[in-house]
Amino acid sequence: MSAVIVTRGLVKRYGRLRAVDGIDLDVREGDVYCFLGANGSGKTTTVRMLLGLVLPTSGEVELLGGRMPRAGRRVLPRVGALIEGPAHYGHLSGRENLALLDASGPGGRRRTRRTRIAEVLEQVGLAGVGRRPVKAYSLGMRQRLGLAGALLRRPELLVLDEPTNGLDPQGIAEIRELLLELHRGGTTIFLSSHLLAEVEQMATRVGVLDRGRLVLQEQLTALTAPTGRTVVHTPVPERVRATLDGRVQAVDGQRVLVKGDDPAEVNALLVQAGVPVSGLALERPTLEEVVLAAAGSSTDRVEARGSVR
Amino acid sequence: MIAVELRKLFRRPRTWATIAVLNALPIVVAVLLVITDLAPRPGEGPPFLSAVLTNGALYPLAALAIVLPLFLPIAVAAVAVDSVAGEAQAGTLRYLLARPAGRTRLLVAKLVAVVAFVLVTVLVVAVVGYVLGHTLFDAQPVAGTSVSGTSLTVQQLLGRTFLSIGYVTVSMCGVAAFALFFSTLTDSPLGATLGALAVLVASSLLFTLNAASPIAPYLPTRYWLSFVDFFRDPILWRDITRGLALQGVYVGVLLAAAWANFTTKDVTS
Repeated sequence: MSAVIVTRGLVKRYGRLRAVDGIDLDVREGDVYCFLGANGSGKTTTVRMLLGLVLPTSGEVELLGGRMPRAGRRVLPRVGALIEGPAHYGHLSGRENLALLDASGPGGRRRTRRTRIAEVLEQVGLAGVGRRPVKAYSLGMRQRLGLAGALLRRPELLVLDEPTNGLDPQGIAEIRELLLELHRGGTTIFLSSHLLAEVEQMATRVGVLDRGRLVLQEQLTALTAPTGRTVVHTPVPERVRATLDGRVQAVDGQRVLVKGDDPAEVNALLVQAGVPVSGLALERPTLEEVVLAAAGSSTDRVEARGSVR
Repeated sequence: MIAVELRKLFRRPRTWATIAVLNALPIVVAVLLVITDLAPRPGEGPPFLSAVLTNGALYPLAALAIVLPLFLPIAVAAVAVDSVAGEAQAGTLRYLLARPAGRTRLLVAKLVAVVAFVLVTVLVVAVVGYVLGHTLFDAQPVAGTSVSGTSLTVQQLLGRTFLSIGYVTVSMCGVAAFALFFSTLTDSPLGATLGALAVLVASSLLFTLNAASPIAPYLPTRYWLSFVDFFRDPILWRDITRGLALQGVYVGVLLAAAWANFTTKDVTS
């Protein structure tokens, strides 16, 4: 598997503030890489450096094998991007906006333009939008149009910053389905988000950014691997403790944590002893727990000077 | 890329609204002149205006002279700052650059579009002036009168009118260069427009000040009205060539600065 995005010691300093502080991203072909972090943790600055919009203070970015920003003209046509919300010319129609965007750079063949535009509008669910100017679109429609712009040249890599912003729950599910379908077709997806629940349903790899530092970068399956404990829900926790002497590690109301990575075996023991069991599952950490453990407090918080964090 | 920028500019209702507003003033002036029959005396008011009642063929030039001090530069500045700052404010700049449009290419395409706008605007003003001159006033088709008092043939008049249009266009490119430079400095089109206008107002003001006479030859607005010299007999080239050279220097320096700034700046809009 070849590397799609690689950064080495990437730093962006704004005056004394280190917005991005030496991060080493590693996104491989076929990943759905979810880039997580609180607001202000440096996600957007990183995304902008990947695309050559912001120039790094030091460190390097390799995108599809080319050094950015120098290789931009060669590699960016193979990348589709949605950066911090969509932006269009309000007085023009969606179709026209896509045509202008396609014509303003290399790699978008004029002969196939109309069919490509029709295809992506169909894909994002805007096929019937007609000649309405974009200023009459709802926020969700603009988001869909932005996504259509990213898909226009069948990119190998999609870089999406908060792609489901402004969408209703149905829209979010629809876009998730579309992204998963593209992923099955071989598109690598780099998704930056702070919506953990959404990410958990899609990601294959996760990177967590905290105050400009990459505090975690791992396969999702490894992060949420079973802990070797079984969670038992029962109305009579004290009887579980009596039955599985010594294996009970914690009791929290009706929830009992039992040592052992085979729920069937735990269940058999409890049923034999006649202990009623209302629920049974392997314990897995949620992505939220993992992320909160790795990252500190929200960077929206502005603490008083001299306070101890 | 250039075609895209031209399409964007001329498909925009605002562009045509600007041109329409710009032409309103010469139309109002022409109508008032016809109704009252009160032309400014020679040497007063905008150049050529004193002569149009006797010869409407000069009205295109009068129209240019009317809009040149304020209206035309404002229109040019307002359109030119949209090049970068306008795209930045709309958020479309990041998508253009990630497309990738290439920063230098984008700037060149924007520049060409702005120059096209200047040319179209100046031509429209001249054409509207021509129509007004030939419908509202007595145009003398045989010969126009030069400022020096001699007669010009129709060919001479026509040729010199086109030279004037070219000269005004070059002067406005200077304004466009200021606006383009300011528009790479900020994400606010309004701020950039005000910056460009501040330069022009300061320049016009200093020009009237005797104490500023040492720097007067270098003020960007110094030679704007020198297109009048095309209508002396023979043509007085001194100020015209100086004006062209001065605008050339301003355009060159400002575009280089705009390019240097734009190609190295972080796009965070």
